[in-house]
Amino acid sequence: MENILSLLIWIPILGAIVVAFLPRDNENLVRYTSAAVTGLQFIVAIVLWRKFDPSNGSMQFMERYEWIPSLNISYILGVDGLSLPMVLLTAMLFFIGVFVSWNIKKAVKGYFALYLLLNAGVVGVFLSLDFFLFYIFWEVMLLPMYFLIGMWGGPQREYAAIKFFLYTLFGSVLMLIGILGLYFTCGKTFDILLIMERAPEALDGVLWWGMSAAKVIWVLVFIGFAIKVPVFPFHTWLPLAHVEAPTAISVLLAGILLKLGVYGIIRVNYGIMPDQVYWFAGGLAFLGLVNVLWGGLCALAQTDLKKLVAYSSINHMGYSLLGMAAVVAAGEMNGGDIKAAQAGLSGAVFQMFNHGTISAMLFILVGVVYERAHHRDIDGFGGLASQMPIYTGITALAFFAGLGLPGFSGFVSEAMCFIGAFPVFKTIVILSTIGILLNAAYFLWAFQRVFFGKLNEKYKDMEEINSLELFTVIPLAIITLFFGLYPGPYLDLIKSTMDQIIEKIAFVATYAVM
Amino acid sequence: MTNFQSLEFFVPELILVIMILAALITDLFLKKSKTDLIGWVLGIGLVIVGLSVLNLSSVPATTLFSDAIVIDPFSSFMKIVIIISTLLVIAASWANKELENYRKGEYFTIMGIMVLGLFLMTSSVDIIMLYVSIEVVSIMSFILAAYLKLDTRSNEAGLKYVIYGAFSSGVMLFGLSIVYGLTGSTSYFDIQESIFSMDSSANPALIMALLMIFAGFGYKISSVPFHFWTPDVYEGSPTTITAYLSVAPKAAGFAMIIRFFHQIFSDSIALTGTAIGSTDLPWPEIIGVLAVVTMTMGNLVAIQQNSIKRMLAYSSIAHAGYMMLALPVLSMEAIESIMIYLFVYVFMNLGAFFIVITVKNKTGGETFDDYQGLGWKMPVVGSLMTLFMLSLTGLPPTAGFVGKLYIFKTLVGAGSDFLWLVVAGGINSVISLYYYFHVVKVMFLGGERSDTISYPPSLMFGLMVFTAIPSLLLGLYWNPLASWVKDSLVFYTQVM
Repeated sequence: MENILSLLIWIPILGAIVVAFLPRDNENLVRYTSAAVTGLQFIVAIVLWRKFDPSNGSMQFMERYEWIPSLNISYILGVDGLSLPMVLLTAMLFFIGVFVSWNIKKAVKGYFALYLLLNAGVVGVFLSLDFFLFYIFWEVMLLPMYFLIGMWGGPQREYAAIKFFLYTLFGSVLMLIGILGLYFTCGKTFDILLIMERAPEALDGVLWWGMSAAKVIWVLVFIGFAIKVPVFPFHTWLPLAHVEAPTAISVLLAGILLKLGVYGIIRVNYGIMPDQVYWFAGGLAFLGLVNVLWGGLCALAQTDLKKLVAYSSINHMGYSLLGMAAVVAAGEMNGGDIKAAQAGLSGAVFQMFNHGTISAMLFILVGVVYERAHHRDIDGFGGLASQMPIYTGITALAFFAGLGLPGFSGFVSEAMCFIGAFPVFKTIVILSTIGILLNAAYFLWAFQRVFFGKLNEKYKDMEEINSLELFTVIPLAIITLFFGLYPGPYLDLIKSTMDQIIEKIAFVATYAVM
Repeated sequence: MTNFQSLEFFVPELILVIMILAALITDLFLKKSKTDLIGWVLGIGLVIVGLSVLNLSSVPATTLFSDAIVIDPFSSFMKIVIIISTLLVIAASWANKELENYRKGEYFTIMGIMVLGLFLMTSSVDIIMLYVSIEVVSIMSFILAAYLKLDTRSNEAGLKYVIYGAFSSGVMLFGLSIVYGLTGSTSYFDIQESIFSMDSSANPALIMALLMIFAGFGYKISSVPFHFWTPDVYEGSPTTITAYLSVAPKAAGFAMIIRFFHQIFSDSIALTGTAIGSTDLPWPEIIGVLAVVTMTMGNLVAIQQNSIKRMLAYSSIAHAGYMMLALPVLSMEAIESIMIYLFVYVFMNLGAFFIVITVKNKTGGETFDDYQGLGWKMPVVGSLMTLFMLSLTGLPPTAGFVGKLYIFKTLVGAGSDFLWLVVAGGINSVISLYYYFHVVKVMFLGGERSDTISYPPSLMFGLMVFTAIPSLLLGLYWNPLASWVKDSLVFYTQVM
């Protein structure tokens, strides 16, 4: 099991190849194979989690092979407290996603082959520690995503798919320039750990266009990740892609792909250029605030249930950004409040996990009603509570989790983000609490319109949520409730890694330029 | 080296000449339907030529025929690239239905002569030789472009090509004569020497001359503003010739530009340096602006095209622009990146054209409408086309990405003066995604599942796979290519 990380990446790639060669008419065989492949990956991920040592904040299970020596490109994988939960989430959601996609009728084989390829890309990004490898996986995700949205999506799918593709590619090209900048300033290597070690010194005093190279690289890389998060004003691809994508793909898009942005900012921007965090944190907190308010207000205005959930993602990622900005509390000039920094960063990382489970649940539930009614117009339902009591119950749970009710995991992480950010960004935190209000407003209002009131006659024969659909939602609901009541296990898992990042940021505060 | 001694190192070209004569004579005895055989003559001949090029690539770099041409690893590399693309195009010509009603004897023979011209282009170090080799290639291209003599568009292509070609080579010749007037020699080495000892009062004339010479170079690689012939010629020519023109003369053109500027405007110390020459020409800026304009123009106009062949014509202009990005730097690293880009470009671009040929053979059309739902009717062709489009866009893990990575790497490494070129290149590849994926969109997103799946004929299928394999694999593992290019980065230079 020493190559356990490679296993996580190569299982879906091999699975995709196998699926591509299955007979195209035997659709069930394709579905079962995909379930088996993602199931196997999930088991491997759980094994990895059991073997992982949470007290060690550094990279574990490292693998390193020479690849292209002339450019110092290697195949380096590793996992730490930041990436492990994300890998687990990815493996779980992709496994669940197979069952969410069970009813896909069109070109089943193509769908699942691309699905597994997407899986490999996402896991690869979380695990790779070489920029070249990282970038390859980052881009490998785009093509399957383009097809999955463009071929199996809603009426505007072609436009949504290319818009998603163009936006993300624009971000990745800027990121590539940033990566090349790091490559040359840090002694011609793509090794992320090596660059982390060398960058603060190597970038010191280097000028690009008369500006500090570190700042330029930070911004270039940040834009690449910000488009994925998405951070306002780069968010316009998201509602469209979410709405047009088939249910399972929306689940993955919200559940995992958005997290890649946050993960990237913490891993690359924070990890490699910790001294620049102080320069950018104010902006980051402000962007977080805009995300919270803008996402909330837009969600409030939606008439399409799926679009509402999509905007709620923008709103929720805002809290994560706010929590991330809070790490500057650890700096000396901000009072060296390590506790606040810990709360903020852990909150941000926890928030991205929680949003992964909660938004996945929300999208699956929207998919359930869409499958039956063939529309998602919030005002077009009414009174579903009497017709579908179980569905109503689960949706109520998901909505409450989404609006951050105490007792659900979303509350814990949002509270941590606020607590962490408060000492440094008082005004911004106070303003962004309005977001919570909006959050509650749009979820409750939508809930009321869909489920209460008089039953819409059209839907008096609407089928109750079936067992396959329940099977996809229940595990997520359990996780949400469990971490809401007892977040300890998660926070323990990430603690050492978070402490290491904060320690580094606190350390550079002594010479960081504001 | 004297003429007689030189012959020993001129074997590849000699074999080529013998083969061309053999092709001409064989053609006399063949019926029209049998003229495919000439392709075999040329093909087998070229394999032998290739082997003898490889055989000579290990001899120390030297000049032949009293400093007229050189033989060095760089020219050997370019010759191999030219041979590979010629062989692929010969094979595709057998299957191209556009050529069905014509004798192919002259077609293949002329192609052979063109290869000879391209070989000389890659290795000439004398401005007379340079001009002659360019003309050989140009005149052969005119004939090939107009080869479909019953098709008015092909005739138009040939005529337009002649007019543009005559004009730009005239301008170039004027530039060359100014250089001769300033330096009193036709040899690159002497020109270099006298330019370095010249005082700056001659600079205006030198800049004028250089710009004029660049008109000739730019015409060959279809750089803006000398690109106007490209779309019409590419659209009207037989598709195999379009494919050929988009790779082989471009490779030779870049070889020629690199050799010209590298030899004349860099001293032996600056070989590994970043800028060229002690003349205070604003050379990086001029070429940089041209490169950016070239790719931007190519990409923006490609978006509006309705014919895939024409779209690929504009896309090849854009690709010339990407390669030109590295010219302002012209360090060894820059030349290396252009060589790698050229090599991968041959495969991905020819692959895309092979699919255009296959579809045209089947449906008779080359517009986006003819590709509607192609991915469902011919899944293999659709998937391979997607791969070529990915590679042309420059997305990992394809070879096109590696090409772009090397170009961008050169520019970022050359310092912040060149960063704007990287940003421009990056934004351009995003723009190009739009029209490349328009093809993918039409092929896959528009169609419906079809019950009959058809496969391309085996020859075309083989060619597609043959170009697809490097287009994908070189994106994942390019160590052998990188080391071959590194070994080929040896120029024959004379130290002053």
